[in-house]
Amino acid sequence: MAKITMREAISQALMEEMDRDPAVFILGEEVGVWGGTYAVTKGFYDKYGPERVKDTPIAENAILGAAIGAAMVGQRPIAELMTINFAFSAMDYIVNQAAKLRYMFGGQFTLPLVIRAVGGGGRQLGATHSQTPDAIFAHFPGLKVVSPGTPADAKGLLKSAIRSNDPILFIEHATMYQVRGEVPEGEYLIPIGKSKVQREGSDLTIVTYCKGLELSMKAADELAKEGIQAEIVDLRTLRPLDMEPVIESFKKTNRAIVVEEGWKSYGVGAEVVSRIYEEAFDYVDAPILRVAQKEVPLPYNRTLEQAALPQVPDIIAAAKEVLK
Amino acid sequence: MKKEQLLDLYYQMVLIRRVEERGAELYQAGKIGGFMHLYIGQEAVSTGLIAAREPRDRVITAYRDHGVALNCGISANEVMAELLGKATGMSKGKGGSMHMASVEKNMWGGHAIVGGHIPIAAGLALGDQYAKNDNITICMFGDGATNIGYFHEGLNLSKVWGLRVLWVCENNQYGMGTAVERASAVDEIRQKAEGYGMKNAAVNGMDVMAVYEAAKEAIDYVRKESQPYFLEVNTYRFRGHSMGDPERYRKAEEVKQWQENDPIGIFNKYLLDKKIATRKALDEIEARVEEEVAKAVEFAETSPEPALEELFTDVYAE
Ligand SMILES: Cc1ncc(C[n+]2csc(CCOP(=O)(O)OP(=O)(O)O)c2C)c(N)n1
Ligand SMILES: [Mg+2]
Repeated sequence: MAKITMREAISQALMEEMDRDPAVFILGEEVGVWGGTYAVTKGFYDKYGPERVKDTPIAENAILGAAIGAAMVGQRPIAELMTINFAFSAMDYIVNQAAKLRYMFGGQFTLPLVIRAVGGGGRQLGATHSQTPDAIFAHFPGLKVVSPGTPADAKGLLKSAIRSNDPILFIEHATMYQVRGEVPEGEYLIPIGKSKVQREGSDLTIVTYCKGLELSMKAADELAKEGIQAEIVDLRTLRPLDMEPVIESFKKTNRAIVVEEGWKSYGVGAEVVSRIYEEAFDYVDAPILRVAQKEVPLPYNRTLEQAALPQVPDIIAAAKEVLK
Repeated sequence: MKKEQLLDLYYQMVLIRRVEERGAELYQAGKIGGFMHLYIGQEAVSTGLIAAREPRDRVITAYRDHGVALNCGISANEVMAELLGKATGMSKGKGGSMHMASVEKNMWGGHAIVGGHIPIAAGLALGDQYAKNDNITICMFGDGATNIGYFHEGLNLSKVWGLRVLWVCENNQYGMGTAVERASAVDEIRQKAEGYGMKNAAVNGMDVMAVYEAAKEAIDYVRKESQPYFLEVNTYRFRGHSMGDPERYRKAEEVKQWQENDPIGIFNKYLLDKKIATRKALDEIEARVEEEVAKAVEFAETSPEPALEELFTDVYAE
């Protein structure tokens, strides 16, 4: 199996699906001539031409509105938001339109739409450009939210998302495009809405996704040196949330922490922890802890920014705390 | 304009140029992070514009803000320190390149969400209208920003409510890699103001005197008539959109052609031709700038990092 980067894996998924289905096309800011702000669609403009790789004006509402409309009449648009922070400029289209149009009209409309967006902090981009607001989007029924943590998952999930008939927000992380991993070539599909055990262990369960997976894997390596075996469950999809592997793992370890990059309050961890208490209360041996971003907008200064983001030592400390 | 004022404009333009050049070096050396958008090539725009304001007039702009900050009177020290994320920057190192502001200098920020500050500019003017003063707000934004809804909502509101805003579109021909004609229904941006029944004009942004004259006229109109005004300033950025732009969307030839219209070169020649200044006087200004910027870099490099506790301050006022 080839070891490729997250960027290449996403690029591969897009290309394979565009080759397979002429209804698939891309629209967004700088996706064409520029080759994508994060170089994911590099070469696409030359290969597929301006009709299938559409550079748009800076107009997030128009990008998403147009993608929704085109999806409703049978095309399969992939709308790229340059960063997820600009989703707020087009929030109405995501949560009020895409998430509701099918239900509100009694199932008449189908929206085979993918919204790709880059999120995450750690690049000194300042408060408005560094957010990890995944949980907000996962709040809305009618929208599916996917956020992979490995190149293979990125490829398999994105291909499934493009083939899905539902609107899906696909969240990538700005600092993970260079992450390498083995990725199957060609047809490789991973179902939306399935969590996965990424590392087996028996002492505690770490529930996480996306950037949190990268950090948790490192933390687990460190913990293993001290004889602590962490099991890591990667959510991969935030809505619909697949708790089964989480509960199964928890019933085995009886201790858990949740690691996410977003803010702790009202976050993914809050959801996961309550679900564990609801579904496996009898198995709880210690309070479940959350590792997340400090409750501040992210600052520009590198030291401060890093201090605000969850780090490997924070995960190790939380793991040891629940094992006390 | 008096000779001293003209020389001061020259000084400001050279200062912006040098701050940007040194900034680029520091970025390459890894001392500045994040996104950094240089103003090189566009110096005449904000220099001419801001020279025409009264100190009580407010200025607000987008993320390409270092030059605007300097023109508003924020020191090179503070600009450099903010770029380096130091405690002595005007935003305490929390904002960085894209977020320079000074309430004291009536500079209400660089803003990083494209077009997001446009309705806020209408709001600054609304606050002044409510207070029954005749301050005006100068709001600068790029050509690309005129394609987003914020722009249209802000312009419309300013006209309907008679807000004192001077809208200034810095048409530098591109929004990132997208040429104006690929993204905007009209490539003469000021036509958009027509749709809102707004008085408007276009001016050559490589000529600081032309920008100044146009801004004076516009500001007079806005103040007297209590109406918004739209000024399109045609200019060009000589560098990439931000640091690390592969610039696949334009030809080196095109950049070279515009560079022959260097706003600093044009003004330099103007001052000499009109015998307003001697070459020696201009050289002295350049040397003074060189020293000031070197000191600013030293100030920034030796300034302390913000304390870790700063992470939690300024989240709320109370
Ligand atoms: C709402 C929003 N969408 C996209 C971006 C990303 N972005 C930053 S600058 C820029 C181009 C803006 O071009 P223009 O308004 O012409 O200003 P210029 O950079 O040329 O000064 C884009 C697309 C953003 N910051 N905000
Ligand atoms: Mg522009």
